[in-house]
Order: sequence, then structure tokens, then C-alpha cells
Amino acid sequence: MSLFNARSAWTIYKQELMRAFRTAMQSILAPVLTTSLYFVVFGAAIGGRMQGGMDGVNYGAFIVPGLLLLTLLGESTSNASFGIYMPRFTGAIYELLSAPVGVAETLVGFVGAAATKSLILAAIILTTATFFVDYTIIHPVYALGFIILVSASFSLFGFILGIWADSFEKLSVVPMLILMPLTFLGGTFYSIQMLPEPWRTVAMANPVVYLVNGLRWTFYGSSDVSIGVSLGLTLAFLAACVALIAYIFRTGWRLRN
Amino acid sequence: MLDPILDIRGLTKTYPGGLTALGGVDLQIRKGEIFALLGPNGAGKTTLIGAVCGLVRPTGGTIHAFGEDMGKHWRTLRARIGLVPQELSTDMFEPVWRSVSHSRGLFGLPPDPARIEAILKSLSLWDKRNVQIRALSGGMKRRVLIAKAMSHDPELLFLDEPTAGVDVELRRDMWKQISEMRERGTTIILTTHYIEEAEEMADRVGIIRAGKILMVDEKDAMMKRLGRTEALISLAAPLAAVPEVLAAYPVALIEEGRKLCYRGGDGAGQGKTDVAEVTKALTRAGIDYTAIDIHESSLEDIFVDLVEGREALAGGAA
Ligand SMILES: Nc1ncnc2c1ncn2[C@@H]1O[C@H](COP(=O)(O)OP(=O)(O)OP(=O)(O)O)[C@@H](O)[C@H]1O
Ligand SMILES: [Mg+2]
Repeated sequence: MSLFNARSAWTIYKQELMRAFRTAMQSILAPVLTTSLYFVVFGAAIGGRMQGGMDGVNYGAFIVPGLLLLTLLGESTSNASFGIYMPRFTGAIYELLSAPVGVAETLVGFVGAAATKSLILAAIILTTATFFVDYTIIHPVYALGFIILVSASFSLFGFILGIWADSFEKLSVVPMLILMPLTFLGGTFYSIQMLPEPWRTVAMANPVVYLVNGLRWTFYGSSDVSIGVSLGLTLAFLAACVALIAYIFRTGWRLRN
Repeated sequence: MLDPILDIRGLTKTYPGGLTALGGVDLQIRKGEIFALLGPNGAGKTTLIGAVCGLVRPTGGTIHAFGEDMGKHWRTLRARIGLVPQELSTDMFEPVWRSVSHSRGLFGLPPDPARIEAILKSLSLWDKRNVQIRALSGGMKRRVLIAKAMSHDPELLFLDEPTAGVDVELRRDMWKQISEMRERGTTIILTTHYIEEAEEMADRVGIIRAGKILMVDEKDAMMKRLGRTEALISLAAPLAAVPEVLAAYPVALIEEGRKLCYRGGDGAGQGKTDVAEVTKALTRAGIDYTAIDIHESSLEDIFVDLVEGREALAGGAA
């Protein structure tokens, strides 16, 4: 008895990516437009007034990692959550549940596809950014690794969300009411060091701070928190999501009832 | 039963809300047969199928398929089982061909365009292969779901109300296709509300009600055992009591003595003979009658009797 059905996993992965291309306008064009608008508003309008930039980095360039992360978190979460929620909602999930497919194949298929979409999106956003600002990536390998890690973690997170949600409202409430505020407050457009106390300390409780600063470090070699802490926390988050999903599959929660 | 292909023992399912949908089901399915599971709305048919196919986590009991424990060897066993769900639920934006190929891949099999083509042709879907499923009619959609379930060549196929919402002509067509599947060696378990469907194609019939299997038998044997002749004899004048001469027959007075009701027979002609004897006895006793209405109970009557709790009929046969 095999423990992993590679063909099944590949089938799910392919199907999910195909679904994304079916809605290419929404899943690719929209983020590009949003990112461009951010660059115009923050980079050009506000950045022009920021003398000397941030930590010696031009303001427009400074916000590139933050903007990238903003999109990655949002898109990974919503892509993965919709990916699994829709078949649950329509009932089409019967086929997956009746197939010789376990947690591993499901994760590789759904989460892998969502993460892949995020990576494609990251490439598009970084390319778009070059039209607005000059930026560098000092540690490209770390940057790629970090982007993959974040995409995978938040795709997993989105997958859990998609299993937990029993309405479209719940599906959008977490990204809107938790993820978005945390991201905006997490130093996407500014350095935590700019905040007065006690807000600086309070901000350190925001997990997104570590993500933004981790990515910023891979771009510019400096950030508000150490890269080790950032990586460690992201990995811990990933591990927690995997453990939770394994538990969900073992109990059949929200799937086999 | 020797080596059943599916062996369900003591299966129970209580939903989180506290509703017990299955209250200890025992059921054995023979290899190669068509088994019809008959029951009213909410009897637990879909739940039973779901428990076998992995859609519903059973609360208790065991399920063995192909001689192996489903709980332990679900991965290899599920690959040999197919399911056509009751609801028309699938990604409606997919074209037919891709949807059916996807199903095959999902069950871990390599692509086989020739096989998919054969399946689509056998279900008259070949012309529609590039059409989005949502653009098909209801009956066609159901056939797509059948095609999807057949795409991995299951040895055991569940059809949950395969002909619901399908017109008479298409229904006959589908019966034919299901028979063909059986001829190719597939064991088929179907649920249905249409008695004629079970009567037409099943080898054996199981009656389920409120999460319990009431009876399982060969279709013919069941008809014979439960098949009843019902005769209503309208009397010229009301009677106060059943005449002495009819004491030996299962008759009763109804409608304030204006009608004599006979219920009996064995589904194989005994009933009609009895009714003839009853009328002769009435004539001999000088009791006049104005009309006789006689009919054989179909499986539907049996079914209705059973599910309405009028088990007196069944009890009388034992
Ligand atoms: N997910 C669920 N949660 C709670 N109760 C459920 C669930 N699914 C089914 N039930 C209940 O379990 C019982 C059996 O339902 P089931 O769908 O198995 O019946 P059925 O025989 O297939 O009926 P039908 O002929 O209408 O399809 C019903 O009372 C139903 O309300
Ligand atoms: Mg049902």
C-alpha cells in the first residue's frame, strides 16, 4: 500500500492552477493594479517628501518588501481558502473525499497550487515595481526562500480557514478584519523604530512585523528585528499549520460530516 | 453469504446534532449483483453510501470491502470503488472531457484518452465533450457524474438515485447502461424512490427506514413472500359480520360493512384463486355483490405498507 499517491496530488495541483488561469483577470491583473496604485500614492506622492528615505534606503524602494508581503499574505490566504471552500460549498468535494487521497496529497495539491500562484504573483509584482522605483535585493537566495516560506505558510493558513468557514462571510472576515490590519500595522510602509513608546513595544507583538522585517532584511541587509527570529517564527507558524491540518484530517472535522 | 464484495456490520452514524441516521446496519452485497436500496426520504440511504465511500465518518461498526477492512486499507480500497452522488455537484465551469479525465487522475490512474472516449460514447456524451458542464441539461449532468465515477473503472459502483430528475426515456436508457456495467462485471448498489426501477433492474432489494434495514431479499422472492392480492368486493347490502363460510380466508369488512376486503395470496397466483373461491362461497351463501376490484400489490405497495408501519401485512406472511 503506497503512502503517497503522486498522480492524485498532481491532478489536484493541475486542476487548481487551471482554475486560477480561468480567473486570470481577477487573480493577476487586480494585484498588479493595486500594487501600482500603492507605488504611485506612497512611493511618488509621500516618498517625495521623505527626505533621506528610511534607514538610508529610498522610501519608494523601502516599501517594496512590505508591499510584496501585503499581497503575498492576502492572496495566499484567499486563494487557498477559496480553493477548498468552494468544493465544500458546492458539494463537489465528495469526489475528493471518496478518492484514495489523504492529507498529504490534498496539501500538496491545494496548498502547492495556492503557493505557486503566490510565487507567480510575487514575480509579477517585483517586475511591476521596477517601473516605479529602483531597488536592489542584497540576499536574493534568502529572499526567494523567504517568499516561498511565507507563501506556503499562508496558503496552509488559508486552507485551514477554508475548512473552518461555513459561510462566505467567515471566509472574508479573517483576511479583512485580522490579516489586513495586522499587515498595515506591521511596518509595511514604515519602520517600527519610528513609533513612539509604548507603541513600539506593542508592535513587537504583531507577528507580521517579523515577516515584513525578515523580507526587508533580504532586500536591504538591515531591519528592525533579526533575520533568525523572523525565520524561526515563520517556520514555527508553518509547522503549527501543518499539525493543525493533520489533526483536522484525522478527526474529519468539517470534512466528513 | 460466501465472500461478499461488501460486508457492513453494525454500522451506526449519529450526526453531531444528535440525530441517529444509521442505527446498526448489517448488509452484505454479492459480487456482480445489482442491489437496490429502497427507502423514503431521510431513511439513511445517502448516509449509508457516504459511510462506505469516505464522505461520512461512521460512529460505530465495521465495513469490509473486497474482504479487507475499509478503516485500515481505505487507500487501496477506495481506488476500486466509484460513487455517483445524489446531488448534481461538481465544478460546473469545467468542460466534460477535462472533468472526467480529472476524476481518473484523482483516483491515481494514468491518463487514458481511449478509455475516456469509450465512457463518454457509452453515455452519449461524446458530442458534448468540450462543453462546459453547466451548459448541459440536468439529465446530461447526471450522466457526466456517472462518467466521472466510471473513469477509474471501479469494481463496486454506488449510484445514489441515478435517475432522479431524469425523464422516462432517458431513465430506460440509463437502466440499459447500468445493466451493461453489470455485464462488464461491476457490482452496483443503487438507491431509488422509483419502485419500478428496483423491480426492473435489481437482483436483490433492501428496504431501509429510519436508519434500519427492514428486510433484504431476492427481488422475486420478496415479491413472492410479500406479493399480495387485494380484492374489494362491494356488497349489495351491508353485513354486520364476516360470514361463516369465509372464515378460512383472510377477509375483513370495511366501510361499515359495505365492502369485503380480501388480502392474501403469495404473489404467484394463489390470491386470484382465493378470490374466485370467495366469490363462489358468497354466491352459495346467497350474499349478493355489485362489484369486484382486484389488483396485485406492486413492490410500491409493499414499500408503502412497510414504511407506513403497516407491518401487519408482512407479519401475516411470516
Ligand atoms: N450532514 C448532516 N448533518 C445532520 N444530519 C444529517 C446530515 N445529513 C443527513 N442528515 C440526516 O440524516 C438522516 C438520513 O439522511 P440521508 O440523507 O441519509 O437520507 P436518504 O435516505 O438519503 O434520504 P433521501 O431519499 O431524501 O435522499 C436525515 O434525517 C437527515 O436529515
Ligand atoms: Mg439520499
